[in-house]
Amino acid sequence: MSMTSLLTFTPWPAVSASILLVLLVAALYFARDTAHQAIQTAASALARGLRVASHSVSRAQEHLAARNREVLLAAGREAKERIVEREFARVGDAVRKDLAGYPDMHRRLSEAIRRIEEDQAKAVEVPPDAPGWAEAVKVVADLDSHNAGADILSDIHKSMVKAHAEAMNDYRKASAERHALLRRMMPDWRLIQETLGRVSKSVESVIDRSQVIDRHMGEYETLVRGEDRAVSVLSSSSIVYFFISALVLAVATAGTAVNFTLIARPMAEMVGGTNFIGAFRTADIAALVIIMVEISMGLFLMESLRITRLFPVIGALSDKMRVRMIITTFVILLLMACIEAGLAYMREVLLLDEMATNALLRGDEAGSIVNAHLWITTAAQMGMGFVLPFALVFVAIPLETFVHSLRTVVGLIGIAVLQALALLLRLLGNASRHVGALAQRAYDLPLFVPLWIEARTRAAARAASSPPGSTEADSWREAHT
Amino acid sequence: MKGRLLLLSLVLALTACARSTPHNTGVYLLVDTSGSYNRQVRKAEQITLFALSRLQSADSIAVARIDTGSFTEKDIIAKATFDDRPSTANQQKRAFASHVEKFIDQSMPAPYTDITGGLLQAIEFLNEKHTARKEILILSDMKEELAKGYVRDIPLDFRGFDVVALNVTKLRTDNFDPRQYLTRLDEWRTRVEKGGGHWRVINDLDRLDGLL
Repeated sequence: MSMTSLLTFTPWPAVSASILLVLLVAALYFARDTAHQAIQTAASALARGLRVASHSVSRAQEHLAARNREVLLAAGREAKERIVEREFARVGDAVRKDLAGYPDMHRRLSEAIRRIEEDQAKAVEVPPDAPGWAEAVKVVADLDSHNAGADILSDIHKSMVKAHAEAMNDYRKASAERHALLRRMMPDWRLIQETLGRVSKSVESVIDRSQVIDRHMGEYETLVRGEDRAVSVLSSSSIVYFFISALVLAVATAGTAVNFTLIARPMAEMVGGTNFIGAFRTADIAALVIIMVEISMGLFLMESLRITRLFPVIGALSDKMRVRMIITTFVILLLMACIEAGLAYMREVLLLDEMATNALLRGDEAGSIVNAHLWITTAAQMGMGFVLPFALVFVAIPLETFVHSLRTVVGLIGIAVLQALALLLRLLGNASRHVGALAQRAYDLPLFVPLWIEARTRAAARAASSPPGSTEADSWREAHT
Repeated sequence: MKGRLLLLSLVLALTACARSTPHNTGVYLLVDTSGSYNRQVRKAEQITLFALSRLQSADSIAVARIDTGSFTEKDIIAKATFDDRPSTANQQKRAFASHVEKFIDQSMPAPYTDITGGLLQAIEFLNEKHTARKEILILSDMKEELAKGYVRDIPLDFRGFDVVALNVTKLRTDNFDPRQYLTRLDEWRTRVEKGGGHWRVINDLDRLDGLL
């Protein structure tokens, strides 16, 4: 039934429209309570649902945060264990080195001390005193015999002078010997001083290392206890590592692109330039595969050297097997580098051939002239072809950091997204409740006439039943509320 | 995990085994050697060299003359499908250029001009090569003159072909009545487009950039 036919049940469309409007308003008025209840129920149900969803998302966010925290702490613990392990290894190396030389050092010190003691013992020996002529002279001088002792005294004097001269000679000789002995002690003293200096340095180094270990152990303990500060530090470190490793990986990708350019053209000579796998040239795919194999070999080499720890299986291999793996991967890398250098040379040859052909086809004689300094670019290309595979080996380090920090960063992003989602759901829940109230008001809007009449009627009825003290203003206020 | 790896391997194997769509180009250059056009034949070398400079590995090219009866392999002066390896392809290009140059030096004028026969031969050649893109270049004044007994009133299937008329010179009669020239070109256009092909005319050989 169309709108036009609805308006024709009376001869006058305006009257028909008015009657229809009145009927509609009446129907809406009588269904008002039911409609309000329906709107309120729907809005409440929606709000409740959204609130429940918000709670669920909040719980998921908490779970993710807890998981992220565990991952962070585990990664932090692992990193700290590696640092402490390395520090212990260094201390062990230092102690082993010093203790290995200890018996020799002890022997040299003992010998030096013994020599010093002997020399010192020799140095303290004093020459014998001159004979005791003084008492004899006194006895002779006391004799009263007319100058009879003068000759004796003169002889004694001569003997004394002679004895003194001999004593002085002996004394000088003994002093010279003592000085020589003392001089001989000096190298031993120096040896002792140097040895003790070395020992002191070693001990200081060990003390420094032990302080570093103490600091790391302190941090490790905070990690084991799962303190918030440690988590916060690890979290911010992870984000920094993520961006730094991403930057380095971007540089490595650029290096890969250069490498690809070097070998893609000559690869067409090997696998053909017109074969396609899907939408990609087989030669391009082959070049990419070579580069990927090089990167894989680099990863295995780094794993075997225990610089990275992406593959626990390789890290857990016996030392003998690891050494074999190091040699194997290095040899493969070397071969790849040689192949790349050859391909880079081939590229230059092909380029020259193509340039010559194009020059011929263009009828350009000058284009086919070979530059005398072309060997420089050829050598540079070969050098790059040889060096880049080895340079790409080091991609393993930022890759490991990127992978480890990616877990944390993705976790943090997930937490932020879930938080935002929970907030949005909560806002939507509240908004749906308000929208319900608004819908009720909107429903009442076309019913303003019957509602006004109802309010008036109620006010009049209340005024009639209320005591005489109540004012008309109160009735109006009630009618409007 | 094993299932995923298996699926990935299967997808890779299927992708590798799938017949890839061709990306190559086939070019067939028809050179008019009739008496009215023989002086222009040297321009065929320029066009050939241009085409060779644009073609890559796995592309095909043939140069054939238009003479009294052109629907024959004997009229193909040189043909080549370039090797997969770029270095071999370059050698082939040089040999091809040398071959065409030799032909041009020894070219003799033909009494009649069988353009339709040449086009039929070109269609046959390029269809056999299964190239993704097919270009027929005609270096001619497009004035067909058939010897007695040659039937060329046959429909041509140009679906998938680009037909390019190059250096369409005006004849002495065209100067008297240019409508002849215009009608001639229009007739060829209609014939090519009716056969499902795409028709172009390039008279300025210094501006061949749009070609190939």
